Amino acid sequence: MKKTELPRWATAFVLPVLNLVSALLVAALAIHLLGESPTESLAILVNSAIINPEGLSYTLFYASTFIFTGLAVSIAMKGGLFNIGAEGQMYVGGLGLTVALLTLDHTLPAWLLIPAAMLGSALFGAAWAFLPGYLQARRGSHVVVTTIMFNFIAADLMNFVIVKYLIPEGQQNPASRVFSDAAALPQLNTWFPVLGDTPLNISFLIAIAALVIYGVMVWRSSWGYQLRATGLNQHAAHYAGVSISRMVIVTMLVSGALAGLAAVNSVMGSTHYLSLNFPAGAGFVGIAIALMGRQHPVGIFLSAVLFGALIQGGFDLSLEKPNIPQETFIFIQGLIILFCGAMENFYGPTVLKLLNLGRKG
Amino acid sequence: MQPAVEFRKISKAFGAVQANADVSFTINQGAIHGVIGENGAGKSTLMSILYGYYRADSGQLLIDGQERSIRTSHEAIALGIGMVHQHFMLVENMTVLDNVMLGSEGGFKLAAHRKDVEAKLREICTRYRLDVDPLATVHDLSVGAQQRVEILKQIYRSANILILDEPTAVLTAQETASLFEILRLFKEQGKTIILITHKLGEIMDITDQVTVMRAGRVVGAVATAATSKEQLANMMVGRPIQSELPRAPFKPGAPVLDVQGLNLVDAQGVKLLDNVGFTLRAGEIVAIAGVSGNGQSELMEILAGMRLPTSGRVDFLGQALPFAGRAHADGLPATFRQLGIGHVPEDRLRDGVIKDFSVMQNTVFGYENRVKNRWGLFDFDAIAKRCSHLLDAFDVRPQNPDLRIGLLSGGNQQKVVIAREVSAQPKLMLVGQPTRGVDIGTIEAIHTQLLRLRDEGVAILLVSVELEEVRALADRIVVMSGGRITGELNIEEFDTTRIGLLMGGMHKS
Amino acid sequence: MEDFHIASILVSTIRNAPVLMFAAMAGLFAERSGVVDIGLEGKILASAFTSAAVAYSTQNVWYGIGAGIAVSVALALLQGYVSITQKGNQLVCGIAINIAMSGLTFVLAQYFFQQGGRTPDLGQARLFDVVLPGTAFVSNIPGLGWFYGHLLGGHSILVYLAFALVPLVHWVVYHTRFGLRLRACGENPHAADAAGVSVEATRYTAMLIAGVLCSFSGAYLAIVQSGFFLRDMSAGAGYLALTALVFGNWRPVYTVLGCLMFGFFGALQIQMEGVDLPVVGRIPGSLIHMIPYVVTVIVLAGLMAKSVAPKAIGKPFVKSR
Repeated sequence: MKKTELPRWATAFVLPVLNLVSALLVAALAIHLLGESPTESLAILVNSAIINPEGLSYTLFYASTFIFTGLAVSIAMKGGLFNIGAEGQMYVGGLGLTVALLTLDHTLPAWLLIPAAMLGSALFGAAWAFLPGYLQARRGSHVVVTTIMFNFIAADLMNFVIVKYLIPEGQQNPASRVFSDAAALPQLNTWFPVLGDTPLNISFLIAIAALVIYGVMVWRSSWGYQLRATGLNQHAAHYAGVSISRMVIVTMLVSGALAGLAAVNSVMGSTHYLSLNFPAGAGFVGIAIALMGRQHPVGIFLSAVLFGALIQGGFDLSLEKPNIPQETFIFIQGLIILFCGAMENFYGPTVLKLLNLGRKG
Repeated sequence: MQPAVEFRKISKAFGAVQANADVSFTINQGAIHGVIGENGAGKSTLMSILYGYYRADSGQLLIDGQERSIRTSHEAIALGIGMVHQHFMLVENMTVLDNVMLGSEGGFKLAAHRKDVEAKLREICTRYRLDVDPLATVHDLSVGAQQRVEILKQIYRSANILILDEPTAVLTAQETASLFEILRLFKEQGKTIILITHKLGEIMDITDQVTVMRAGRVVGAVATAATSKEQLANMMVGRPIQSELPRAPFKPGAPVLDVQGLNLVDAQGVKLLDNVGFTLRAGEIVAIAGVSGNGQSELMEILAGMRLPTSGRVDFLGQALPFAGRAHADGLPATFRQLGIGHVPEDRLRDGVIKDFSVMQNTVFGYENRVKNRWGLFDFDAIAKRCSHLLDAFDVRPQNPDLRIGLLSGGNQQKVVIAREVSAQPKLMLVGQPTRGVDIGTIEAIHTQLLRLRDEGVAILLVSVELEEVRALADRIVVMSGGRITGELNIEEFDTTRIGLLMGGMHKS
Repeated sequence: MEDFHIASILVSTIRNAPVLMFAAMAGLFAERSGVVDIGLEGKILASAFTSAAVAYSTQNVWYGIGAGIAVSVALALLQGYVSITQKGNQLVCGIAINIAMSGLTFVLAQYFFQQGGRTPDLGQARLFDVVLPGTAFVSNIPGLGWFYGHLLGGHSILVYLAFALVPLVHWVVYHTRFGLRLRACGENPHAADAAGVSVEATRYTAMLIAGVLCSFSGAYLAIVQSGFFLRDMSAGAGYLALTALVFGNWRPVYTVLGCLMFGFFGALQIQMEGVDLPVVGRIPGSLIHMIPYVVTVIVLAGLMAKSVAPKAIGKPFVKSR
């Protein structure tokens, strides 16, 4: 019998891989037009990001942040909301952990201080997502445009706060003071010396735990069921008794909290102070990850690692090949969002035809 | 004279479904030709081929004796074929004039032709007694008037062959009579009319010839004068239909639902419900009869908690339903379910199921909190067990709990919805258009199920536009028109004419 | 308060508005046909870079503008392909284009000009200003001289194009065959289809027009306002334009009023920089910089309830039988 629909393994694996490959092929073409060899660039990238243990450590370090932003965007997507504001929510989350650390970092021991900072980042991130969620739920204002606005507002607000309140006396650098040692996240190279002097830390493990909790919550809890129902069909969810406005607001709060938590790795795992524009696009990478990983825990993990590799490999690549600056990877990110998000079913009919070859109608 | 339309061995398949198989028949010029069949018989597909929406997989189509290949609706219009769809193809915020001009503007600048078109429209309206103001905005027109706009569009485009797809579904008896008058005028002018319907009474009333379709094939082609309703029904279904279903004697219990002075005014100030009040007792089926769009849907939504009334009170088992003090109905359906009100919604695909979820996931829909284990997570074993029990008891086919429910037929989806609501053991069941889009075999099963519930003491409120269904199920009938209750009668007093008048707004004096 | 110059605020408003006006009218065509255009930002950036780069390389502004049009149209047609033919998610497509162009424009600028991701200054190769006849004559008359010479006259040609477009767009949308079909596709594409109108062709045409109009926004930014392309120079203009559409209920004249409003706040922001206000004193630059975005949120929160988008917007058209 000819199939009329693609089987699940095709939509879950074959299409995403084809989409990703298409994005990378376009990227390869661009690299070629910039006068470099795509294969050579790929080799440099893979070597730097995966094969070299220190490079791999950096890859996973970046991935830790991306897992959180990817989760933030994914959970909102499951509820039918397109949260473009993860960047701003992460930025404001950074302020939350800074507030906690600046007040407590000389009084609390690490095992209390770090959770306090995490709580701060989650709360502030959630707060930044609250208003867009509220406006969507109660006023019908589209969450896409409001969250984009909140990204811009966050940039200006944080600029103001950092410059006016956080720069220590006598310093010029737009950043807060350095946090105490108690605030430093334990690094994984204490247990795995092969990782070398790299910032990979326990937030990677926390990220994996977050993935598991996400999986359980979304697919095994009644809240997750209601979330998915709302994302698929709001009318039916209302019929089933879901309070749509409450669901929208709660979803945005959770999403914002996850984005806020992404700041923990960036700030407490790396620089140890709050600096201007520290998110550096991680919120937008989260969108690409959510789309590429199809909002599935395993997909999110793999996509986050892929992007971590692109950042780490891209950094080394930009040093060796000045024609391929790091902004190239922003372009690649856009391509991935295009192929894995907007064109996700592009190859569907072709794959279906191939599967039906030789089958009787 | 050549026949207006001739189908020769038309076949069309959509994936695995053979919508039309070897369809062959002719439609004579100047005749009113009925095409009858139940849901899924293939009538709409055939007409879509005639109107250029689809291309047939095989077979020939002849218009006026000449073989044609109609690839777009544009080509169909050029051949003089016009179609009045079941769901109107009108742009609501534009005027009648703009709607008619769309697609036949006559030139780049609209202003140059507006006056001419307006004049021509007024002339057509007079000639065919269509009574429509070309400068009115469609949004402001009644449903009957909107349908006349659709007809006006086709006449303006010089349609000679007019296809009407279930035209009377949204009309009162009086509006239907007016429509038929208009159709007779067309026939006098030599136009050909194809009437698609499942209503046997209409076929007998107005058509000259009938083609009966079943499961994609033609099973009968007769002159109307030479046949009868019973004969047509048998051909439509392929077997004799059980006319009366068994039911226990009528022994209503205590009042379950008491609706008092319910009013609903919408954002534009239109009164959708006007002082609606009635009672419903345990073990009783009350059917709300009426042409759709007269407030029944809104009434059902309010009783299900999906919408708030503007004023009024509803007592359920002696307690007032918690409408007061709320700004909106967000989350209210859950409360109503807790109280013991089940709801089979009118619009199954929009409200009743999530078509991308599996059958099993849909059996839990609305009742998620009742299938949790001690950690607050879903108990998948319990859910699966309950699901297979339900699928078996309600004869859902295919009995595959993991199948996406969107792939099931309408009838089987409805069975899942009913199974789910019934298994929660409600004291009140709200049932809206339970057999819409459902094949005849399943209709019987659903009716039997509802009667069984009634015999067990559940109070059932049924909303249906099908008088046959009302007659088969109701103990009492409440008729609504224009948001008001225009009459109440017991089933023994059932009289089609009287109900028709009540549906049309004539109050019982 | 003497530092406040109402006059220069008004002039700046006129000069700020065209970036938004071109983009908003581009969005109007797309959205009226039923396609959500979140990708305005990306088209603005792409055309800004292209027009600046080509204008510099050829020392000819018109070639630059032409190249900008070509690029913007290509992106718009890509959006059209994804939204109309592939029936993909229009929001995601727009965001993808915005992000992709943000990266690509920088990379190409760096590749061609090696100036840290910007294009070189156009200097003299810019557009001319229009001086209205008789300006010198009235310039001595107080009030009128300024009004005629600086408010009405003395702006770049593109400014006049932007304002001239408004009645033209209004006429096309409400008084032509194309406009009728456009609106029908956005409200009820099934009705348009049943009437024999090709929904696909109408939407593609709308995207084409959007591409052309949006390119002027980028050209204006790069050629007229700055004289060069700079990374991410659109700074949210595409989204502000969308907000103007909501504000104006997708009608040309009201939308342009929205653009003028945003232009006003942008001008006000520059003026308030470094000014001592009573009570609050000097307001930091970043807080002033936020104003347009905050206003956008307020507009979206306040007006959405009354603003009615084209009914079929964002939903791919699938013939359903």
